[in-house]
Amino acid sequence: MHWRNSSTNYGLTSITLHWLVAIAVFGLFGLGFWMVGLNYYSSWYRTAPDLHKSIGIALFLIMLLRVLWRFVSPAPAPLASQGRLTRIAARLGHSLLYLGLFLVMISGYLISTADGRPISVFGLFEVPALITSIPDQADSAGVVHEYAAWALVIFAVVHALAALKHHFIDRDATLKRMLGRSAG
Amino acid sequence: MLKKTLAALVLGSALVGGQAFAADYAIDKQGQHAFVNFKISHLGYSWLWGTFKDFDGSFSFDADKPEASKVNVTLKTASVDTNHAERDKHLRSDDFLNVDKHPAATFESTSVKSTGDGTADITGNLTLNGVTKPVVIAAKFIGEGDDPWGGYRAGFEGSTTLTLKEFDIKMDLGPASQTVDLIISVEGVRK
Repeated sequence: MHWRNSSTNYGLTSITLHWLVAIAVFGLFGLGFWMVGLNYYSSWYRTAPDLHKSIGIALFLIMLLRVLWRFVSPAPAPLASQGRLTRIAARLGHSLLYLGLFLVMISGYLISTADGRPISVFGLFEVPALITSIPDQADSAGVVHEYAAWALVIFAVVHALAALKHHFIDRDATLKRMLGRSAG
Repeated sequence: MLKKTLAALVLGSALVGGQAFAADYAIDKQGQHAFVNFKISHLGYSWLWGTFKDFDGSFSFDADKPEASKVNVTLKTASVDTNHAERDKHLRSDDFLNVDKHPAATFESTSVKSTGDGTADITGNLTLNGVTKPVVIAAKFIGEGDDPWGGYRAGFEGSTTLTLKEFDIKMDLGPASQTVDLIISVEGVRK
């Protein structure tokens, strides 16, 4: 398999980035949901949020790479069997996913850096605070983070269901392409 | 000479007499010579300090009749500040102060009992997190007098200890942190 996308198939780079983001999104949602209910004396009380933030920043870097890669190596053309409406729906769905991703990541960053503290990423490096002057920043960003996270996982589930529909009902190559199999 | 002394005495006693009436004071919010601070033990190893930035209130006070004093304070619970945005966000959540549901905390005195020279126990109702409970604030008179800008001021410090569970605060911070000390330091400007 090639690193780059071709006109009919996804390359290894796009496929790897896609599944990394998928794992990170569901992992971060689960981790975030679990960590806010932790007992103060839990050994994870401090570690879990640190991990959540570190993975979140890593996801942001992956997403930057992913957006960049779209320009370097554009996605393959839609399958010939798909109609205009399907293509519009797919485009809209993907846009919402990208929007949701950046909204969740940026709002999360704004919570943790609201008072000027940097975010330590796995203890390796720090991401400095850039914006600290939004009124009630930690709280407002917190509300956005929570709702956007729910919206994102719901979009992601719809996205997965759509892929399964293409695979099992339409019997087209949509899912196979993202698993690295040739569209044939 | 005698006349002058007499006049001075009359004038002096009139001034002192004027001060003997219970006077009403507004907490100096404008100049912020007033603090509602708290401290709570962190694991039993250190004190975590915080403050409520937005509050207002008034008191009436007469040094000769401290028992007739009254005090009212209302504070915005969302103004809690412990120098850490993430922690403050948590403190505002329903794990602690539940500020969306209970945006204000109030204290209204019901009685004042003098306990010594310049000290008094102020009993009153404290409403916090939607729970109203009587509390006793051990207060100390700090001083009073003219300020350099034409006003008259009086100041106090008081403290009390609250049990978090009694005010329906859900989060359990461990055995060393079941109570929080409230330390109030206010200066009032005579109305």
